[in-house]
Amino acid sequence: MNLESLYQEIILDHYRNPHRSGLREPFDAEVHHVNPVCGDEVTLRVRLDGNTVEDVSYAAQGCSISQASTSVMTDLVVGRTLAEALETGEEFLRLMKGAAQPDEERLEDAVAFTGVAKYPARVKCALLGWMAFKDAAARAVVGEGQDG
Amino acid sequence: MTTVTSGRLLDAHRLRADFPILRRTVRGGRPLVYLDSGATSQKPRQVIAAMSQYYEQHNAAVHRGAHQLAEEATDAYESARESAAAFIGADSNDVVFTKNATEALNLVAYAFSNGGGKPFALGPADTVVVTEMEHHANLIPWQELCRRTGAQLRWLPVTDDGRLDLSDLDRIVDDSVAVLAFTHQSNVLGTINPTEELIARARQVGALVVLDACQSIPHQPFDVSEVAADFVAFSGHKMLGPTGIGVLWGRAELLEQMPPFLTGGSMIETVQMDHATYAPPPKRFEAGTPPVAEAVGLAAAIDYLLGVGMAQVHAHELDLTRGALDGLSELPGVRIIGPSDTAERGGAISFAVDGVHPHDVGQVLDDLGIAVRVGHHCAWPLMRRYQVQATTRATFYLYNTPEDVDALITGVREVQRFFGVA
Repeated sequence: MNLESLYQEIILDHYRNPHRSGLREPFDAEVHHVNPVCGDEVTLRVRLDGNTVEDVSYAAQGCSISQASTSVMTDLVVGRTLAEALETGEEFLRLMKGAAQPDEERLEDAVAFTGVAKYPARVKCALLGWMAFKDAAARAVVGEGQDG
Repeated sequence: MTTVTSGRLLDAHRLRADFPILRRTVRGGRPLVYLDSGATSQKPRQVIAAMSQYYEQHNAAVHRGAHQLAEEATDAYESARESAAAFIGADSNDVVFTKNATEALNLVAYAFSNGGGKPFALGPADTVVVTEMEHHANLIPWQELCRRTGAQLRWLPVTDDGRLDLSDLDRIVDDSVAVLAFTHQSNVLGTINPTEELIARARQVGALVVLDACQSIPHQPFDVSEVAADFVAFSGHKMLGPTGIGVLWGRAELLEQMPPFLTGGSMIETVQMDHATYAPPPKRFEAGTPPVAEAVGLAAAIDYLLGVGMAQVHAHELDLTRGALDGLSELPGVRIIGPSDTAERGGAISFAVDGVHPHDVGQVLDDLGIAVRVGHHCAWPLMRRYQVQATTRATFYLYNTPEDVDALITGVREVQRFFGVA
């Protein structure tokens, strides 16, 4: 069975008990992202305090991989500087592209998603929350607020 | 199987020997259990061989050239048209080859906004009616047509048990309706829609009827003289044929008046620098070099299906569907989305497993070698109607066996065990 390597216990834990779930105020930007292949979606808000990511809140519907990945993402970006958070996002993207030596120190729990890279159809699931964060953060920085 | 239709049985175990891909293994040595024929069917070696032989022996441009190969290629292409026509009880002049069913439906939809006269003229006073269970291929072209012409789009809703709700049929399909476009069999729910009642109402109000038969023609006997639509679209790859070829059948008098969609070579009669006149149907609708090898493959697929018998195919799939519906409904926490019995139903079964997202269901099944479709099945509005984001869908064809159904049921149990929901 390859299933256990895909569905690591950490992933299933985050899926069952997602961190920072729910939409909160105040926020500087809100985005809505969908995965048109399967219909998974996330509404995500970012609150910045200067250069620091103060809060990320979200309402998401989707599979275990997308839900857990969004939850882990919030752990890795909240309380960090925006630059650090975005760099971690880039490192996660490299992991999803099958990078040989991921920066485990930076990725922490997100290393559990290594197995996802072997299933190309699921990579988009794992990236949904990360892409929404990147988009929302960019909008928050330029003060755009809501997306259309 | 114990189905007796016309004295012959369909022996799926024997037919499987014709499908090389069904012998392969997946995901570390698991035998393949292919339950995704509703997305695309597998191909028998007869189809693959016919296409190879065409390329090895007869390949040339059709309808031109003064050489023997051109003659043979033209003959192969036009014979394929005759096969496709005979398969649905039609005249070959009324059969247009397209890239796929989506193009066939667009061909009709574009005719209404391409400067044609009546009946191919549409305006703000007109209405197009579809159903809530359409595949995007029979929804978006009509949305776009309405956007271009100002016509209004309406739809027939569905009931909780996966049937069309016709209680308001006369109000929805009123005198303003110019086109009624609907699917013969839902790719998500498996429902076979009541063509007779719908077409009778369309006739009362003078609307043209466009039938998406992608999920029905591959699986049951079909005759255009019995299903009295004006246009019928279907695809080759869902009926054992190759990708890259679809069919549009239209009533002769309508095709005659219909303006072209794609223009260019092969579809003309005469050409001047500033204008052109067009060939009669079906060539008017086949601009450019056609998919000849694909047409040859489709004809071989049709021969194969006729050899098995379409009534046998349908009966066999109903047996499998009955077994799967029974098996799935016995599992606590599994919900069928669509009719729960086999009345007016084909072999597509969508279901939800409580507590497990369809993507995760599909992943566990895949690990067991079982190929199903997960997602919105190109029917996003229907997903919203049933308040699901996506479903898992198993579809059956002539090469599936009761063992495949058993594997599915066992697999869904394993899904529940793995995610701890049963």
